[in-house]
Amino acid sequence: MGVGVQVEGLSAWFGATQALYDIAMQIPANHATAIIGPSGCGKSTFIRCINRLHETVRDARLEGCVRIGSLEAYGNGTSAVEVRRRVGMVFQKPNPFPTMSIYDNVASGLKLNGFRNRRVLDEVVERSLHMAALWDEVKDVLKKQSGASLSGGQQQRLCIARALAVQPEVMLMDEPASALDPISTSKIEELIFELKEQYTIVIVTHNMQQAARVAEYTGFFLLGKLIEFDKTEKIFTNPSDKRTEDYITGRFG
Amino acid sequence: MPSYPITPKTGAMGTREHNPSRKRFLNWKRVLADRFATLFAILMAVLVVAPLLAVFGYLVARGIGSLNLAFFTHLPVPVGEKGGGVANAIVGSAMILGIASLIGVPWGIGAGIYLAEYGHGRFPSLLRFTADVLNGVPSIVIGIVAYALVVLTQGHFSALSGGIALGIMMIPTITRATEEVLLLVPLSVREAAWGLGVARWRVTLSVTLRTASAGVITAVMLAFARIAGETAPLLFTAFGNQFWNLNPNQPTAALPLQIFTYAISPFDEWHRLAWAGALVLIVLIVGAVALVRVVARRGVFQGAS
Repeated sequence: MGVGVQVEGLSAWFGATQALYDIAMQIPANHATAIIGPSGCGKSTFIRCINRLHETVRDARLEGCVRIGSLEAYGNGTSAVEVRRRVGMVFQKPNPFPTMSIYDNVASGLKLNGFRNRRVLDEVVERSLHMAALWDEVKDVLKKQSGASLSGGQQQRLCIARALAVQPEVMLMDEPASALDPISTSKIEELIFELKEQYTIVIVTHNMQQAARVAEYTGFFLLGKLIEFDKTEKIFTNPSDKRTEDYITGRFG
Repeated sequence: MPSYPITPKTGAMGTREHNPSRKRFLNWKRVLADRFATLFAILMAVLVVAPLLAVFGYLVARGIGSLNLAFFTHLPVPVGEKGGGVANAIVGSAMILGIASLIGVPWGIGAGIYLAEYGHGRFPSLLRFTADVLNGVPSIVIGIVAYALVVLTQGHFSALSGGIALGIMMIPTITRATEEVLLLVPLSVREAAWGLGVARWRVTLSVTLRTASAGVITAVMLAFARIAGETAPLLFTAFGNQFWNLNPNQPTAALPLQIFTYAISPFDEWHRLAWAGALVLIVLIVGAVALVRVVARRGVFQGAS
């Protein structure tokens, strides 16, 4: 089951450039939360702070507090590896491991952490591919074909299956459908709809219709600040901030 | 906005195409340039392969006459005697190259990983510079270093000292090439693995290095092929031997040394043996490289880049 994510006083920098300013957000468990805003407003940086990928960038640093359920993500005794095991991520561009088979791609999270039980791995791979709605398309070539041999939309669902296989509590999605055609996009959206029963989903998107379709909550970012965070319905029909309204009605961004 | 009429006759690119003679001229020039560029590329490709084929053809022509089973199974014989072979030199070369690879491959790949994954700042820059300088050091100088470090310390020549000299020569080539191919692995692949909660060293070994494995293997084979024919560093390390020796701590025969000995001798019979030895050396190097490629390719899937 998913857990909520609490963010308090989060600021982030790339070298001397500040990318996020004092963000506070309560992301509810087992719901989808959309992050919207114009390019370069810090959406991706924000979710990369949740699974501690931000710190892998050279000269990047941050301040503040992120809690995954009861786990203090930047606590003294917490390792980045521990956080990332509980917070899965799907990236903008599909990034399967090119030298691994489809099966190994899905099993990689477990295998690379030393898990070797064949029977359980088989089960996990099948279940994850079913959840990602990819099983029927790849079940005959699981161990024969490379993950890179699939189409773009299939690759992205493979990446979702790979993230699901380690059974995270929170799933971050960084514009997961922006590189895909409309049919693949609707497949991914259906998937998000099913996944949010069991996972907490945070999805960054440029597509406001997509945010309205899949997310119960929406946060609007502008120039590194969280302008407004509320129920999606409220954001899209009756925003409290003028800037949110301007963005949503297409006056800028 | 001014709008250009878009019809099949004029095209959408602008107004130039309105002039049919100019269009024909541009077409003619473009086709010629294209032909020329293609021809040039083919010519250069042929020029790359030509010397290799010439060398190989010449070796076959001069050497194949002296090849027989005894050449591969017998020891060298004194001048004047018929027959004899270089069996001990083939085995000795394999032993020396094995020792060199044991030293050069892990060391070189390890340093390459360090440079690619952690290589920011002053020390890595220094390391890169050192590797490039080491790459340019004449092989005989490296032989002298191995002589001073190993042979003088131990008090005798050995396959070990030869292997160390050649291993040192492998390191910079492998290091720099490994760094290059690791940097070609997209950041998104590393991030995917980090995002799964895989420890960093594990990502480096099982994902990044694996993704770049084809390039790393090429680098290792290049380094191997380069040192396999080296003679100078072995002159005063492995030293050579007319008899069987399987002890890495003893003077050992090596194919290049044997070829050298035969080639500088005044005897026609030995000259013929030198040609045959050179042919065998080339075939063994090509064979080893090809074998590694075939074995390495078995782990790659359909559609993998």
